[in-house]
Amino acid sequence: MSDLKQELKAKIIEQLNLEDVTISEIDDNDSLFGDGLGLDSIDALELIVMLDKDYGIRLSDPKEGKKIFESVQVMADYIEANRTK
Amino acid sequence: MFNINFYEAAVRSKVYINGAACISAQKASGNSSFFEEIQSTADNVFWAVEPDYTKLIPAASARRMAKGVKMSVAASKMAIDNAETSILDAIIIGTGLGCKIDSDKFVSAIIDSSEEFLTPTPFIQSTHNTVAGQIALGMKCTGYNNTYVHGSVSFESALLDAKLQLENNEAASILVGGVDELTEHTLKIHEKIKHIKFERIDSSQLLRSKSEGTIFGEGASFFITSNQKNINCYAELAAIEIINTLSVENLPNNLEAFLKANDLHVDEIDLAVLGNNGDAKFDVYFHTLADGMLNKINRIYYKHLCGEFFTASAFGFWLASKILKLQIIPEVAKMGEIAPSEIKNILLYNQYRGENHSFVLLKKC
Repeated sequence: MSDLKQELKAKIIEQLNLEDVTISEIDDNDSLFGDGLGLDSIDALELIVMLDKDYGIRLSDPKEGKKIFESVQVMADYIEANRTK
Repeated sequence: MFNINFYEAAVRSKVYINGAACISAQKASGNSSFFEEIQSTADNVFWAVEPDYTKLIPAASARRMAKGVKMSVAASKMAIDNAETSILDAIIIGTGLGCKIDSDKFVSAIIDSSEEFLTPTPFIQSTHNTVAGQIALGMKCTGYNNTYVHGSVSFESALLDAKLQLENNEAASILVGGVDELTEHTLKIHEKIKHIKFERIDSSQLLRSKSEGTIFGEGASFFITSNQKNINCYAELAAIEIINTLSVENLPNNLEAFLKANDLHVDEIDLAVLGNNGDAKFDVYFHTLADGMLNKINRIYYKHLCGEFFTASAFGFWLASKILKLQIIPEVAKMGEIAPSEIKNILLYNQYRGENHSFVLLKKC
């Protein structure tokens, strides 16, 4: 689980071009959107594609993303429970 | 007829360049100098020297911007600072290939992922009008916003639009820019079709080259144009003419007609800024003028400093504007002896591969 969280942090930084952010600066429970990492709706779409491509999880309802992308911890829990690759 | 002309003369405003900024293969220079250290290349490609964007673009916005957008947003801010203004009625951009980096990225992703897993950012950022849109968003400018994509007259088309609006008092201050960015893919295909020279040459020798093709470059040149002259005024933009198809034989007649329409004789041109790019096949247009009509006119060149790209003429326009303001001609742009005299009228002529010709007339303000 710890490895997955590190992997997710690295992918979020790379995929979303968060040039000024390092893995150590993202806490497992930091909010990814709003006051936390400050991600927006376009980033949410990028993360939905990442779930599909890298973990075989296809979100049929984009509203699900709101809960799943709450934090790295919540994302990792969801991926562990639903991944197909 | 007399009444109409009189009316037009009475209400038509003059157009001025009140601010300018350029990001190119040459390092940024101060407001009162040109190129402190000349950059050259032996790779047939001139990559732009980018400024420190952290001081010009918020990190949250910059993370989604490719090079062309970053160069444009930065150059537009520099031009606005240079003009000491904050009011913009319109944003008009010219670009030949638009946001090529993101276009390459999303098209490659379509191929690599068999049309699956496509992310939105490169697609959103890949459109030609991304540049004008991002500048408008950053400046909260909700006015007229347009992008011209017309090969090597993309910048001149944007300039013409701005000039018409300012002359007719439909706007008072317009940001006009020309931008193009290079990618490895662009270089690869243009090498293949021999638009880039096969043999490697030193850029300082570009204009003496006897082979076909040229060297490529990239950059962003932005200007604040206005119908009110300010204290920083660079030049008056007196006239622009765009001609899509023109034979070498008809070029002198067209130039003569352009000058006549602007009540000028060729002897009154103090400096000609020519867009020679070292392509033996197409530089014949420039040679025809240099050896003929402009034989006795002081001439300078610029594509050995910035490379060829669809909006390279915006670099030439920046150079000419600055020459008029400072009354200094940089040594590196001269290709022969230039008689020292006051520079009042500058003619710019450019074309690319025999198409999309442009004449621009700048006057001292």
